[in-house]
Amino acid sequence: MRNYEVTFIVDPVLSDTEIKSTMSTYEELLMNENASIVHVNEMGLKQLAYPIKKRTTGVYYSIEYSSESGALIPKMELALRRDERIMRFLTISLDKYGVKYNDDKRNGLIGKKKAADEAPKAEVKKTEAPKAEAPKPAAPKPEPTEVKAEAVAAPVAAAVVAESTSPVNNNEEE
Amino acid sequence: MATRDEIKFLSNPNIGQQRKKYCRFRKFGIRHIDYKDPDFLLQFVNDQGKILPRRITGNSLKYQKKVAIAVKRARHLAMLPYVADQLK
Repeated sequence: MRNYEVTFIVDPVLSDTEIKSTMSTYEELLMNENASIVHVNEMGLKQLAYPIKKRTTGVYYSIEYSSESGALIPKMELALRRDERIMRFLTISLDKYGVKYNDDKRNGLIGKKKAADEAPKAEVKKTEAPKAEAPKPAAPKPEPTEVKAEAVAAPVAAAVVAESTSPVNNNEEE
Repeated sequence: MATRDEIKFLSNPNIGQQRKKYCRFRKFGIRHIDYKDPDFLLQFVNDQGKILPRRITGNSLKYQKKVAIAVKRARHLAMLPYVADQLK
């Protein structure tokens, strides 16, 4: 079994029922070709990054399916190409990581993972910075009892500097 | 008088140090790059929508290629612009 994913943009000028029927025609087409539809992702109306056929928005649909061979893809693409309701389409084959990614995304793992990804990124940086800083301020603190205020102020300032520098470094990566 | 230990913290010791770049896909175990996620891909293009080179993003060769493919797919589907001004 091979896994594929077709994403297409439907003309937003059509009525809701027409858009739905466009969608279902391709579902049926896939069914007739003995492909098993894994998931249909309705991404909805989106702003286009550049105008296509003088439209600035489009209704995005993404169908993930698996079939024995890729023989149905030329048929599918020919149908999409002939269809005036379709503004743009893209068929890709998914490897096992792609299948897993889509599966995880449906189960809400990716959103979390992504948030977690961003969080560890921030956390890692935050923990890295304080870790680097924390042991040092802890060490000098007990010794100078006279200049507590300075000792407290300095590490705070250092921590602030460290935190303010980490986003800058983030930007540098981009 | 301030001791040497305190003087050490009057300036940030990390200033002037180069932070080591790393491949985020290897580091966080991301194996698949989704072309339908333009917000994520925006991290790998500049203000004009051009793909950033590896020397800036720090990606490994394997994942830089995948990023480039994902960006191009996203452009085809009008999720990212081919050319832009002040994209970010």
